Amino acid sequence: MAQNQKPAGNQKISNYILMIVLIVLALSVVSIILAVSVYLSGVSTSSHVVTSSQTGQDDLTAAFLAIIGLVAMTMSMFTLSQSRRQAAEMKIEVPKVMTTIECKKCGTKTEREFQRGDYVYKDLDPCPKCPDTKQVITAIYKDVKEKEKTYNV
Amino acid sequence: MSLLSGNDTLLQVLSLLSYGFFIVLIFYGQRIQMYVMIREVENSLRKLKVIKEEGRKNAIDAIKEIGKPPVDPTARVDRYLEYFTIGPQSMDPAGVVYKLDHILDVRDTRLKDEVKLMAPSSDEVQVNNLENTLEAAMALNFIYKVVRHYYIQGKKTLSLYVIMQIQMILPMVMKEAEAYSSALKAFAYGQPIGDGAGPLVAAKLMHGYEIRKLQKDCVMATVPIEGRTALVIKAEGPGGNVGKPGDAVESVIEENEGKIANVIMIDAGLKLEGETLGEVADGIGAAIGGPGVDQYKIEEKLTKYHIPINAIIIKEDIGDAVSPLRKEINDAVDKVIERVRAIILEQTKEGDKVIIVGVGNSIGVGQ
Repeated sequence: MAQNQKPAGNQKISNYILMIVLIVLALSVVSIILAVSVYLSGVSTSSHVVTSSQTGQDDLTAAFLAIIGLVAMTMSMFTLSQSRRQAAEMKIEVPKVMTTIECKKCGTKTEREFQRGDYVYKDLDPCPKCPDTKQVITAIYKDVKEKEKTYNV
Repeated sequence: MSLLSGNDTLLQVLSLLSYGFFIVLIFYGQRIQMYVMIREVENSLRKLKVIKEEGRKNAIDAIKEIGKPPVDPTARVDRYLEYFTIGPQSMDPAGVVYKLDHILDVRDTRLKDEVKLMAPSSDEVQVNNLENTLEAAMALNFIYKVVRHYYIQGKKTLSLYVIMQIQMILPMVMKEAEAYSSALKAFAYGQPIGDGAGPLVAAKLMHGYEIRKLQKDCVMATVPIEGRTALVIKAEGPGGNVGKPGDAVESVIEENEGKIANVIMIDAGLKLEGETLGEVADGIGAAIGGPGVDQYKIEEKLTKYHIPINAIIIKEDIGDAVSPLRKEINDAVDKVIERVRAIILEQTKEGDKVIIVGVGNSIGVGQ
């Protein structure tokens, strides 16, 4: 039995999430474009119009639009990546199971992949080193190191 | 230029869109949230359907391969997956434990007979393994049907609270379903599972000693430990079987006329998030899960003869309990044996008799 992974179920991201994300993304792009345009128009008019208060107001508006745009864009991209990650996680894992065989006399340990009919404390063929002693299955376990998140608490 | 100075059409469109977006969110926010939840449940339901179908297919394939039935077992398997058990009436609770015990015995016999009919060429060990495989498929079928029930009910009523009930527990439900899916293969192949940690400890203690059969699928060996006599009990392996440790402990205590210095029960215990897999902890009480019949019987006997009871658990989560045994749990076996020795040395005298029970499913664990 070999370790394999196969996708299961529908991996499509929710249409509603996608719709909301796309709307927010579009709005954020428009907001950033506007921020640039406001900033540039402020720079170009500053050489002709002398009121410094209006230039300052333009800069503020541009900054405000840029912040809104960037925050919205980051949030929508994050939501999109989360949804994609969730979809990617939808897999059924068939783990690799190992059988440990031991000779009680010489203590030689060997490992091989699990075969149907194996069970713990099953007597097997005699040990190659000690022909008078049968080898025994001493352990059967899943050979998978599952990554567990640590939270430092 | 200010944010709403009328010259910039694009800016005005943006503002209107933003206002419109917020107005829609104010009035339809909850509904949108509900549709998002329904969609999430729908995706999980699709996945559950695939897992369930895979489980059913695996069970049918295993029966065909091992049992070599003369007719196609599909219809019988489908009927098996829909089996239910009605618990005893508890309005008058006196004697309810024995009524439940009887119903569980009848269920067990009936399911085993069904498996024998489905797979006539299988031996006793294979019948037990196939029964476990079918029970895992049955659990997957049940999970799928419950989630589908809430999903359809949520869509019908468009009630956020109906759909929220299932959406909130969905990650745990999916984890359990994935564990059962993994268990199906383990049962079909006869691999040890996490729940077999208790029988694994008992098997290590009793290996090499004379084994005697006890009632209801349990075995016992008399093992000398630290100058005491340990009566080690486990469910008979290597077939998938939990036995009836309650009946076994009851009979062993009666055989020894209650002259037992201590009872030590070893079982897999549910770990909390943050706890380490395979961590060993000890305490007091009958460490045994299930419907409670065995726990009741053991406690009754212990109380009658005033026998102290100790429990040792190996921590694991539900996913690990029903899927193939993990290395961390296998490595914990020696630590448990050390604890058993320590308890025996601390709490009993030389020459005393001690009962050690390895509780759990003995699939893939001999003796």
